[in-house]
Amino acid sequence: MDLKDLYQEIILDHGKNPRNLGKFDNYNKDAKGNNPLCGDNVHVYLRLNENKKVEDIAFEGHGCAISMASASIMTDMVRGKEEKEVKEIVSDFLGMIKEKDSLETNILKDDEKTKLMSLSGVKQYPMRVKCATLSWHTLTSALDNSDQIVKTEE
Amino acid sequence: MNIDDIKREFPIFDDKIQNNDLVYLDSANSSQKPRVVVDRIYDFYTKEFSNVGRSVHYLAVAATNLYEQTRVSVQKYINAKDKDEIVFTKGATEAINLVANTFGQKYLSEGDEVLLTELEHHSNYVPWHFLRKAKNIKIEFAEINDNGEVTLEAIEKKITNKTKIISVSHLSNVTGAILPIKEIVQLAHSKNIPVLIDGCQGAPHLKLDMQDIDCDFYAISGHKMYGPTGIGILYAKKKWLEDLPPYQGGGGMINEVKKEGITYGELPNKYEAGTMATAQVIAFNESIKFMEKIGIQNIEKHEKELLDYGLEKLRKNNSVNIIGNPKEKGGVISFTIEGVHPHDIATILDEDGVAIRAGHHCCQILHDKLNLPATARASFGVYNTKDDIDKLDESINKCKKIFNLKWT
Repeated sequence: MDLKDLYQEIILDHGKNPRNLGKFDNYNKDAKGNNPLCGDNVHVYLRLNENKKVEDIAFEGHGCAISMASASIMTDMVRGKEEKEVKEIVSDFLGMIKEKDSLETNILKDDEKTKLMSLSGVKQYPMRVKCATLSWHTLTSALDNSDQIVKTEE
Repeated sequence: MNIDDIKREFPIFDDKIQNNDLVYLDSANSSQKPRVVVDRIYDFYTKEFSNVGRSVHYLAVAATNLYEQTRVSVQKYINAKDKDEIVFTKGATEAINLVANTFGQKYLSEGDEVLLTELEHHSNYVPWHFLRKAKNIKIEFAEINDNGEVTLEAIEKKITNKTKIISVSHLSNVTGAILPIKEIVQLAHSKNIPVLIDGCQGAPHLKLDMQDIDCDFYAISGHKMYGPTGIGILYAKKKWLEDLPPYQGGGGMINEVKKEGITYGELPNKYEAGTMATAQVIAFNESIKFMEKIGIQNIEKHEKELLDYGLEKLRKNNSVNIIGNPKEKGGVISFTIEGVHPHDIATILDEDGVAIRAGHHCCQILHDKLNLPATARASFGVYNTKDDIDKLDESINKCKKIFNLKWT
């Protein structure tokens, strides 16, 4: 295990200065997620336009560097994408965190994939995987219009 | 007392953990186990095992005697008047649930108030919340002050003529504040209100004398007292155990069972339904002996020295913010580092073998009040040394380096 893999510069940067932090007014989908074990929480807001494209996305919440960076990078990455594409990116990301060595989707450009792969360091830290995945599960829940609060513990 | 000798009695420190010498600063969560306790469990299962209190064969009688010996040891250790005032449970959580459930059943009804404090562990809030749901009772919280302590005055302020029971921590697992429990009991008794003390953090670190404290109930966690998991103690005054209804029904707690009705067993069996954690109870006797051999006064003195040293060291460390400043404080230091989330602190410290806890420590009410979602916590046991605190301090510096914080 190497801390440098976990706390890469890009993670520290996004963790300290998260992009897309704060609610915006005309969102039409949102969902909350929390990790009851550690108290981290996130609220994802997004606006899907008539073409099912993510016109805008933002989040509120607090958590560790990993969870903040993950939400920050995620929101950056899915803005402008179609709902179907977003779902593919989410499932590719979760698959990578869970078992796959790399990202497979063709939707993301190589530099975007490199950015996302910076979160792969958590694979060596099983207790921290949930920090990286919470905002992604919450995004899915927002898209599905689920009223259920996402929990990392069942 | 020689800490190096004491530390050698804990097998966990024999080997490296992930290539590091273990710096275990999570004893408020659960303490490590001395060899005598671990061996006792092994010996009991391999040479002496039988269920207790039922059969008449040799092993059953011997096991029953061992089980009951722990009861007497605990009684003496906490200076309870009678051995029947010691009830074994699966943990302090069950001990509190037992009281909330049985006392609630008999004595609480709509509009009655239960008085807790803002620094209670969830295990001393959730069981009362069940009653709030089931019986529409009210729960009041005595406030903490800026030092992170709960004073006698704060308790007094919240007592009304509806207050039916007061349930408070002996020692906060977050701020380390030691509550004035004897005074709280005196005040409550002057108004005919019984008091439960959550002694999870008190029992492993402070001298206990039930007859002196005079509380009605005192909950103890075995695994925080160098004992096995799965064992807790409820101390309760005999009058309460005789008066309150049984908690769980099953074998061992009955007197006579007929189709038309059931009578319950005598104390302490009335509250020990089913097969108990026999091996753990028997091994817990070794934990008590272990603590008695060192002497609780010596444990207290050692941990106070560590606390003073740790506070001094961390206060000097820039960007470390220590949570709470109680006058009477046990061996717990909760802290934050500006710009580094507690979970990141815990992961980075772990890389150096420094085991701490991060999160809300099962005290969300307190963290809401402090306006902090999470804190990092270092807590001490008898095996800790000043060297451990130096390593903690060094690892904190590493956090600051990784997160590019200014430091001196």
